[in-house]
Amino acid sequence: MLRLLSQALLSIVFILSALPVSADSTRVGDLVIDSPWARASIGMSRPAAAYMTIRNEGTVSDALLAVSTPLSGMAEVHATSTKNGVMSMGPAGPVEIQGGGNVLLAPGGLHIMMMKLKKALIKGKTVEITLAFKRSGKVTVTAPIYGPGATRPE
Amino acid sequence: MRAVRITLWGGVGVALAGFLWLSLWHDRGPSGGSSSQDVATSFRPTFNLTDHRSNAVTVQSYQGKWLLVFFGFTNCPDICPTTLAELARVMERLGPDAGLVKPLFVSIDPERDRVETMAEYVSVFHPTIVGLTGTEAQIAEAARSFKAYYEKQPQESAPNGYTMGHTSAVYLISPEGVFVRTYGYGTPPGEITKDLQNRL
Repeated sequence: MLRLLSQALLSIVFILSALPVSADSTRVGDLVIDSPWARASIGMSRPAAAYMTIRNEGTVSDALLAVSTPLSGMAEVHATSTKNGVMSMGPAGPVEIQGGGNVLLAPGGLHIMMMKLKKALIKGKTVEITLAFKRSGKVTVTAPIYGPGATRPE
Repeated sequence: MRAVRITLWGGVGVALAGFLWLSLWHDRGPSGGSSSQDVATSFRPTFNLTDHRSNAVTVQSYQGKWLLVFFGFTNCPDICPTTLAELARVMERLGPDAGLVKPLFVSIDPERDRVETMAEYVSVFHPTIVGLTGTEAQIAEAARSFKAYYEKQPQESAPNGYTMGHTSAVYLISPEGVFVRTYGYGTPPGEITKDLQNRL
């Protein structure tokens, strides 16, 4: 069952990586950042999250080292981990994107956590997210802000 | 092309959720040992908390309704909004049957989650979701009775210097107040809805 699933997953990921870069993709070096999006914040005292997919079309591994946005005083990549049904989250540290591989930032897994908000993230607006990679350097992507209950790019 | 990509990625998301469920949740229940499906040893969880409209409530306040209970905290930007949004979708999908079901969001972070905080937070997701908070002792007691687990984790960068780890499953409690099962994190709203419809 698991094996079948993983094969299906792999083939979908393979097909996806073969697709041409779409309008909501940003390229930097060998990296392509796909479908960035953020969730509207609820007020300003709570952190907000953003998600995206990072593909490495090159053969050499790269790593996401730091993130920042003009709306947050601080931003970090956080990982949600599960242990015995208990979920917790914390800084993910450098996120490696292997050559030919991709990293999915999605609800329940890796996310960009925007803290110390200077402004609320409002549905319908966008947030500029600057990503700093070890090899490819810095790139800024524009993420649309969806509702606070969004669970995927709309 | 964009629609195709999004649909396919949606598929990947669903498959990943299934994966997580199979690999992580399937053989680990809320207390570490029990199954996520109906467990043989049922129990009656209890609580003494305050709802987001400042009413003192107990489990008896919701007697006669199926309860969907989720433990979390409002400073949680990932798991909690995702789960609350999914519960909101379940309530939408239930249509006229939604009146038989009550989603409860119990804060395990009483230090930051006061009544007003809960009101601001839950109202964003669905009008039927009730936010519950209380004193530290009340929360601890409620979690214990659900066999739910939570802990404060120091984290320099987090608001107030800490974050919370917590049981991420949604508990289903029968109208008689008996624990029925849990839905692991990421269970698709359609699946929860179907399971509920079979019981209502």
